[in-house]
Amino acid sequence: MPPRTRTDALTPDGPAAGSGGASVALEDLRRHLPGLEPERRLTDWGRSERVERLVDRTVADFLYHLWFRCEVEGIENVPSAGGALLVSNHAGALPPDAPMIAKALREEHPRARSLNVAVEPVFKAYPGLSMLLPKVGCVAAHPANLQRLLHDEEALVLTFPEGRKGPRKLYKDRYRLRRFGHGEFVASALRADVPIVPVCVVGAEEAAPIFARLDLLKRLTGSLRLPVVPNFPHLGPLAVAGYLPAKFRIRFLEPVQVDAAPGDRGAVQTATEEVRARVQETLFEMVGARDSVWLG
Amino acid sequence: MGSKRVLVTGLSSYWGGRLAEALEASEEIETIIGVDSQDPTRELERTEFVRVGTQHSLLRRIVEAAEIDTVVDTRLIVDSVVASAGRTHENNVIGTMNILAACGGPDSSVRRLVFKSSAHYYGSSQDDPAFFTEDMERPHPPRTPLEKDIVEAEAAVVDFAEKNPEVSVSMLRFANVLGPDVLTSHRALFELPAVPIILGFDPRYQFVHEDDVVAALAHVLHADLPGVFNVAADGVLALTEVIDLLGKRFAPVLPPWGTGLAAAALRRLGVELSPEMLEQLRFGRGLDNRRLKATGFVYRCTTREAVIALGEHMRLAPIMRGAAEPYRYEREVEEFLRRSPHVRTHPRRRERANGDATVLAPAALAEEPDTSPAGAAAPVAGYDDLEAEEIAPLLDSLEPEGLTALRGHERSRRARPEVLRAIDKALARGGGG
Repeated sequence: MPPRTRTDALTPDGPAAGSGGASVALEDLRRHLPGLEPERRLTDWGRSERVERLVDRTVADFLYHLWFRCEVEGIENVPSAGGALLVSNHAGALPPDAPMIAKALREEHPRARSLNVAVEPVFKAYPGLSMLLPKVGCVAAHPANLQRLLHDEEALVLTFPEGRKGPRKLYKDRYRLRRFGHGEFVASALRADVPIVPVCVVGAEEAAPIFARLDLLKRLTGSLRLPVVPNFPHLGPLAVAGYLPAKFRIRFLEPVQVDAAPGDRGAVQTATEEVRARVQETLFEMVGARDSVWLG
Repeated sequence: MGSKRVLVTGLSSYWGGRLAEALEASEEIETIIGVDSQDPTRELERTEFVRVGTQHSLLRRIVEAAEIDTVVDTRLIVDSVVASAGRTHENNVIGTMNILAACGGPDSSVRRLVFKSSAHYYGSSQDDPAFFTEDMERPHPPRTPLEKDIVEAEAAVVDFAEKNPEVSVSMLRFANVLGPDVLTSHRALFELPAVPIILGFDPRYQFVHEDDVVAALAHVLHADLPGVFNVAADGVLALTEVIDLLGKRFAPVLPPWGTGLAAAALRRLGVELSPEMLEQLRFGRGLDNRRLKATGFVYRCTTREAVIALGEHMRLAPIMRGAAEPYRYEREVEEFLRRSPHVRTHPRRRERANGDATVLAPAALAEEPDTSPAGAAAPVAGYDDLEAEEIAPLLDSLEPEGLTALRGHERSRRARPEVLRAIDKALARGGGG
């Protein structure tokens, strides 16, 4: 859902008419990004380094090293500077893939880059989640948020283009990607002029067996929608107990640089399919190469 | 084109008065005329006050007679607690349309219109972006009467801008205002012994200091910047961070479901929670303030500093109560001061010469942003006029943090050694008596 722009008399010839401001304003707004006061404990996004470090040292550390025994390939494909949009497959009822990718970047990347995870805005309506998810680096998947993070703040953002459909698919459909939305992620990357880094995660499908229960719950209540977010920080050790110790493999693929206008729907759709095909192919290859779900 | 002859509507509102005060300090402004249906609440030197509501035929006559070239509309009601829905609609929508009607037309002398709007235009919902830019619209249509009125008023202004291309129209959307002087319902909330919040939510809040509001209005007026601008200080804080900075506690007494019922119960206890505020307590709101900054405007305070300034004031308030005599408008006195040949120096001018006035010079503000940190803002008008002997007995009733704040203020202002010594002594005693 792109932000609708006003077509009023004020904005188009707005600051341009006055001090020659508009053109300057458009390209140079990055200069005016507010800095973070040193005394602040949260960023303007509501991210808390303290909470993040706590989760990182305890739950994430345990899951990454001992429980899932993550193996990472192709970390060099994540740029050391500048923004990049990471695009990954998504699975599991309480998907453990996002925190593991974030942890992989902190552990393996030479610059230990921190990651923002774009999640469904519906999390903001849930008490508890709405408070905790921003603290560990989740932002609502709004095009304006992606633009600000990718372009203005030159940050890394992870998005799951399968959206809610990913974690909802049945176990028998594991590793078969759903539709990649309408290619909003490609448009976002184009608008921000950043590369797309496809990411493949193997293991998450087998790690979250709650999946079946979620389906039953859905049928019973009729309306319960579990948020498509990594919410282990919310449930704490409980969530860990819910995961089976599948072996995790994370592979970062070579960045895709798309050359098209963000408004060019055809090109955006082509690029979307291309990224999806690459992730799908690599997934099949990785699953085919593994001997055991649990030992890798 | 500079603005020379200015009409301020809503002169008796806090913002109208503050703006007129700021404009008086600027030499370029030839004439300031203020209209309102009530008496002004601030002492003004050369602003002409005309008691008139928003009847457009009367306004039109004033605009024509005085050859007004700039109209600043500061009267928008942005808090649904202060007036009934009917009065708010009358003021925000009908009033705005009347004022626009008085300014428009082919033979009108008006060339600039500055409209003070509010970030309530964007609302607050789960589908919001983290930072609203001026080009965005709210994701859902407005639900509360106040928000509907603000959206409708803005639409009227946009319509006016389309029909009168020769008038340069600026619209400023302000975030929630904080400051020692201005009373808002958020401030009332923060002054409670424990701040009620919704269980499980920690919304993002962005404020703007009251002085920055006035400075932004004056900046846009002086620099002639048509367009829409968000006005919000740098930095978006979580509500718990805000409460922490104020040295308060929070109480998650509002349940996530059935919040409206709980709010109604609190209203019985005298805690006013407007529907807009409840939305903000749940989802919060952030604004992108870069467009205004790109025009050269420099904020004096960040959100954090504005909160700290309020916190200091709230600690000092108990001993400052009643120190300043409230201003009362007396037509005869004002007439005498303005017209009589015997008046040599207006009392306000003398005050300013003494350097005690808190009048804001917008140009100076933009040039030297960092000269006065938030802590040095006058805690209360009139403190600086107290004599050392009068201050000493008051110190014993203060908490240590209040004393520290007072000490900082005294140091940055008059720095009277005997007062500083007295504060230090009180601090050594552990504060409080």
